Amino acid sequence: MARQPDGPPPPPTVQKLRLRYAKRGPLRFASHRDLARALERALRRAQVPMAFSAGFSPHPKISYVGAAPTGAASEAEYLEIGLARRCDPEQVRAALDASLPAGVDVLECVEAAEGGGSLADRIDAARWRVELPGVEPGVLAAAVDALLARDEVLVAKRTKNGLRDVDARGPVASASTGGEAGCAILHVVVRQVTPAVRPDDVVAALAAVADLRPPSPPRAVREAQGRLDGSGTVADPLGPDREARARCQGEHAAV
Amino acid sequence: MSGQSLYPRLEPLLAQVQKPIQYVGGELNAQVKAWDDVAVHWALMYPDAYEVGLPNQGLMILYEVLNERPDALAERTYAVWPDLAALMREHGVGQFTVDAHRAVRDFDVLGVSFATELGYTNLLEALDLAGVPLHAADRDETHPVVVAGGHAAFNPEPIADFVDCAVLGDGEQVVGDVTDVVAAWKEQGRPGGRVELLARLARVDGVYVPRFYAVSYGPDGAIAAVARTRDDVPVRVGKRTVMDLDEWPYPKTPLVPLAESVHERMSVEIFRGCTRGCRFCQAGMITRPVRERTITGIGSMVDQGLRATGYEEVGLLSLSSADHSEIGQVAKELADRYEGTNTGLSLPSTRVDAFNVTLANELSRNGRRSGLTFAPEGGSERIRRVINKTVSKEDLVRTVTTAYANGWTQVKLYFMCGLPTETDEDVLEIAELAVEVIRAGREASGRKDVRCTVSIGGFVPKPHTPFQWAGQASAETIDHRLRVLRQAINADRRTGRSIGLRYHDGQPGVVEGLLSRGDRRVGRVIERVWREGGRFDGWSEHFSYERWTAAAAAELAPLGLDLDWFTTRERTQDEVLPWDHLDSGLDKEWLWDDWQDALSEEEVADCRWTPCYDCGVCPTNGTEIQIGPTGRSLLPLTVVGR
Repeated sequence: MARQPDGPPPPPTVQKLRLRYAKRGPLRFASHRDLARALERALRRAQVPMAFSAGFSPHPKISYVGAAPTGAASEAEYLEIGLARRCDPEQVRAALDASLPAGVDVLECVEAAEGGGSLADRIDAARWRVELPGVEPGVLAAAVDALLARDEVLVAKRTKNGLRDVDARGPVASASTGGEAGCAILHVVVRQVTPAVRPDDVVAALAAVADLRPPSPPRAVREAQGRLDGSGTVADPLGPDREARARCQGEHAAV
Repeated sequence: MSGQSLYPRLEPLLAQVQKPIQYVGGELNAQVKAWDDVAVHWALMYPDAYEVGLPNQGLMILYEVLNERPDALAERTYAVWPDLAALMREHGVGQFTVDAHRAVRDFDVLGVSFATELGYTNLLEALDLAGVPLHAADRDETHPVVVAGGHAAFNPEPIADFVDCAVLGDGEQVVGDVTDVVAAWKEQGRPGGRVELLARLARVDGVYVPRFYAVSYGPDGAIAAVARTRDDVPVRVGKRTVMDLDEWPYPKTPLVPLAESVHERMSVEIFRGCTRGCRFCQAGMITRPVRERTITGIGSMVDQGLRATGYEEVGLLSLSSADHSEIGQVAKELADRYEGTNTGLSLPSTRVDAFNVTLANELSRNGRRSGLTFAPEGGSERIRRVINKTVSKEDLVRTVTTAYANGWTQVKLYFMCGLPTETDEDVLEIAELAVEVIRAGREASGRKDVRCTVSIGGFVPKPHTPFQWAGQASAETIDHRLRVLRQAINADRRTGRSIGLRYHDGQPGVVEGLLSRGDRRVGRVIERVWREGGRFDGWSEHFSYERWTAAAAAELAPLGLDLDWFTTRERTQDEVLPWDHLDSGLDKEWLWDDWQDALSEEEVADCRWTPCYDCGVCPTNGTEIQIGPTGRSLLPLTVVGR
């Protein structure tokens, strides 16, 4: 007979918290796996009462949503954690932030509203800011115009199954440019597709349509993730939970 | 200006390389001190990839010990992969530290820890990337003092041209002494330049400065004599030994990387040294005597380390952890303390002993029982007498069977081949053993899915061991024995599929042998290999045996020597060995007698429980065995995660 763990099963999840965090500075070079490891260890150091899965190798209940690629910074990474004991979201945020290395910063924490749907369902696009050192703003603007004038621009992308051509134009919902002499900035909203189209794919598309070749690697920051609404805005995925909370508090206040 | 960050120039390169996270630092518990606040700047290097080097305990200990000093700072640097190295050369970015990305060239001391000789080409690569002359003789007082440490430093002769000093033994105290010497010399305005600094360092106990020792060779190619060239340096350099480990509870705040590393756990060293007397084991010979950390010392390091890191697993490290005088109590009380916290406890590979199964059961009380590792090392009882790792076949099978009966489903057995006096028959007994283990295991556990993995590699004779005189088995011999072993294991299909075989080819072992027992003439082979592109020799995808053999032939033939002279040749009793002027405390006559005992298959018992067998270490170094039991217990405390 295979051994079974002694004792009762682990305590169930009694509260779900959703967090937004940033990866900044040199830690933009962390991969999703690196961040996941760091977060799990930080949760232990911060003594957050995590709920665990059952069995001999129990895992803390954490789910990650849409991780930014290695090398890209982000102000809008999301995860959800399940707790075995109720906690004040702000206290969890502060404790976790304090125990993470500088550069992985926890910005917000809200309680998931009952029946409000999953976090993943509230994200279908991302807004990026891409710095292009050594590229003049005018040059970038012309390249972006050329890109937007096309319906499809295929770029070669490395995937699990080797190189394949991916359309990097289709998922671009909007794009604009800015910056100053010597460093152009691309603002772009990209829809979530499979395989993912990332800022470097968009930059590759600019090379394809306008021969734009940045002399040094572009630096991308994900500024927001969420549902793309009719006006082209990326909505805050924690908004519904925050509103539900406010409603709930309002009802309490009314009583 | 000295000590400035190279990061702005490095950052654009990182976007173009594999696993850039390994170069950015910022690990939990990393430290960055202000450059101008301290007198002495140490760069500590582990000459392998970050993922291997980061968990290294020795480097972590010295990093903390040095950074605790108000007059010193220490930063870390690791071997850079070829993709980044090429970009660094193209853009003129030098070897850097990961902490503050300072140029290694700017530091006062570059300390390099060699756990294995296969890191030597990475030393040359780092020096070259740093802009430090490869040859110590070409450096001036603006260059860092290059110090080798670690077990390989007990024979630093092959890298004698490239390092300024080698440090023998435990590093905790000697790094402080070196810091004092460097600080005073700088404070005084660097009198006498680099040579005076090195002369002062040569007078520090445990520090060997190769340039002050001249080696002459006889007509047969062997060393005629090693003579000091100044009378103010020691004739023989002794090793350093830290006594009372409880006074050195390092690392207190272990580094936690973001990147994946080879050990995803925290380690606590529960004792140092080993007197089991396994004749192949350099670590056991050069780290004597045994010094235990007390049960309470272990308990507080585990507690503090877990709080500081958030790791889920603690490894209780030593050369033979089950030999700690209070290991049973340590295991039970730690298991009690962390019950219900999802904290795993583990012992590394252990001796073959039923007690170790009990210990492992205790440590895995509430966890998965998957793999358990034993190290019989030799395939037959006869060869185990030769290497002084005595365990009978019956005991071995009984122990492993007990493990299966207790719910362990996988047992890994470590062996070596190419041991002195070994024949094919000794190695073939491994297959018989594995078959017997599987049969008995299936019966005892009532399961069909028990597995046994045989892990085997070629033996490399090491300096300061009784086998330092032995002829190393050739790569062909090793590969032949591995082949017949594989055939024997697969011969019986009913058990063969339950037995895994993991092995290392013979070729890297030959190069390791050259570097382990080489003398100063081997330096030119290392340099040639590096110039021809040799890097990361511990990695099979980078290691090139052909490059090494070609370089050895080209550089050694003019001297009338060859690769075999350094590896497969058995040494005679009167030969001057390249490391004879470096003193591990072991008496050379005792080592020779133990070598003769090995050949006549005579065993020697552990001096912790039987009378002293006069290996020489304690009287030479003024040290003594420090073991319990202390009779103390762990205090109850509130733990993380409950």
